[in-house]
Amino acid sequence: MAFVQNFPFMSIILSLFSGPLCSVLDGKWAKKVNTAVIVIIGLMSSCVLGYVAGLGEPFIYRMGHFPAPWGNEIRVGVLEAFMAVFFCVIMLLSMAGGVRERLLQIEESKQNLYYIMVNLLLCSLLALIYTNDLFTAYVFVEINTISACGLIMIRQNGRTIEAAARYMIMSLLGSGLLLLGICFLYSVTGHLLMSNIRQQVEMLAVSGEYRIPLMVSLVLMSVGLAIKSALYPFHTWLPDAYGYSTVSSAAILSSLVSKGYIFLLIKIFYRVIGFEIICSSKVIHILFVFGVMGMIMGSVSAIKEESIRRMIAYSSVAQIGYIYMGFGLGTEIGVVASIYHVLSHAATKSLLFIAASGLTDASGDSVRYEELHGAGFRHRLAGAAFTVGALSMVGLPMFSGFISKLLFAQAAMGHEYKMLITLIALAVSTILNAVYFMKTVIRIYTPASQDGESKGNRIIHMREQPGKSAALICFVILNLILGLNSEPVIHMIEAGLEMFR
Amino acid sequence: MNVNHLLHNYPEAVAVILFGIGFSNLLLQKNLIKKIVGLNIMDTATYLFLALKGYIDGRKAPVAADGIQNVEAYINPIPSGLVLTGIVVSVSVTALMLSLTIRLYRRYHTLDLDKISVLLRKEGK
Repeated sequence: MAFVQNFPFMSIILSLFSGPLCSVLDGKWAKKVNTAVIVIIGLMSSCVLGYVAGLGEPFIYRMGHFPAPWGNEIRVGVLEAFMAVFFCVIMLLSMAGGVRERLLQIEESKQNLYYIMVNLLLCSLLALIYTNDLFTAYVFVEINTISACGLIMIRQNGRTIEAAARYMIMSLLGSGLLLLGICFLYSVTGHLLMSNIRQQVEMLAVSGEYRIPLMVSLVLMSVGLAIKSALYPFHTWLPDAYGYSTVSSAAILSSLVSKGYIFLLIKIFYRVIGFEIICSSKVIHILFVFGVMGMIMGSVSAIKEESIRRMIAYSSVAQIGYIYMGFGLGTEIGVVASIYHVLSHAATKSLLFIAASGLTDASGDSVRYEELHGAGFRHRLAGAAFTVGALSMVGLPMFSGFISKLLFAQAAMGHEYKMLITLIALAVSTILNAVYFMKTVIRIYTPASQDGESKGNRIIHMREQPGKSAALICFVILNLILGLNSEPVIHMIEAGLEMFR
Repeated sequence: MNVNHLLHNYPEAVAVILFGIGFSNLLLQKNLIKKIVGLNIMDTATYLFLALKGYIDGRKAPVAADGIQNVEAYINPIPSGLVLTGIVVSVSVTALMLSLTIRLYRRYHTLDLDKISVLLRKEGK
């Protein structure tokens, strides 16, 4: 066994133990530990990625060296390793982008608690990515929920506590359904490891036994994870949670937490049930319908919003809709498009949240549209970055959003009856995106009228906030890389999905 | 659908009905404490379901006693292990929900989540 094979397990354990370590450190040191941990895990994951890509097949790491049906396993393919690297990069940049806000909005004595939550969140995300065991996945889903709740409520005001309560309630409903689904599946197949369940499910599909319990468990797991990742009718908790928490939390929640659940759902589709069975079931039609509805309704709600933060939050609802629509197409290319959109949305949404916080800084901490006039001139970098993010969300060529829309359209081609719906939904959603994002971009580049000049307006230079500036520049570059150089990423996703089989 | 199957598996049916009761309480109740009670009913129903799946009629708990090594003497231990793990998880989320409830009650002197939302809107933050 190569030494690199230990890295996935080591990165999970490292982030798990650095959490409690942060509880005995003060804020400054906890921040340093957190940054170091994210960087180290990112590097280790890159090594794993290089190793797996060279190996050409996934490897299995047995926990405690018990053989397959009894022991717990970690399974690493190209896609898993790539996701781990990507999540580390986004998390590092999101943390760097919100340093100042965290210092201002979190009580001094509670600074270190924030880093505990971030470390645990990273640990649970990595475990969700790597694990080959369904019940382990459930446990880490709950850890993910708890630490995400901590990220929301660490900024202490009424709004965030209420948002955290609502988030917890919806999340718990989702994880209850997920758990029941896993129990059903366990009672039908008698296994908890994904590969073993898959074999049993294939045998059951051939013999035609237990058709209904299998479908029920599939529906329970899909709906549970859909609630947790805020698919359209279950999105009510989302705007408050993203809109009022501190900016790093909003960026991490929108770009990582919900994506972790989506990645687990992809794993369940491919590794547990088998993609052919999924495609022949009715579940994907339901996901398709809700996805399309989310694309439209999320954007409509975003247009009605008065606050820039909540507008970006509602735009997340629309983007999650895109991802589920991709699953709903029921083709391999559809899933590739969805995974690409996961990457593109993660890179763009955290960029938008951090750029928006830069703009509000320059406007006396107001998130309301009227007071953002001319903010793009007061904080030039944030204005430019916001414009890049907005253009990417709308889907202009050169930026990552364009590629994912293109992939969705290609995936829909040749589909019997979903083609037309998908293309129309894409077109309508693009126009709606353009309405609210371009409205904002125009507003931040319209100079404020002299009499309406608010007191909080001030000019912010790049050097004043080095962390935020660096994060914004990196996000813009990441976006351009995803937009201009998409071929290798798409190939990697395809190779990763091939390894899922 | 055969009703006999339902009658034969009535404990599982009870577990799923309990799950439904807990689920709808967690979703529909306005009072936060009642929501938490619903959460616990929902989780416990799942554990009941799991425990039923591991139970085999006429066998004992999987603790090696009196030197009996025969597998035939014991029930399936894995679901029991899962139930224990699940209990730990549900204890921690319950504690978190209760602490959130205390925070909200101290601020707004009500347990009704909708009233809290109205109060928040009045605050206008």
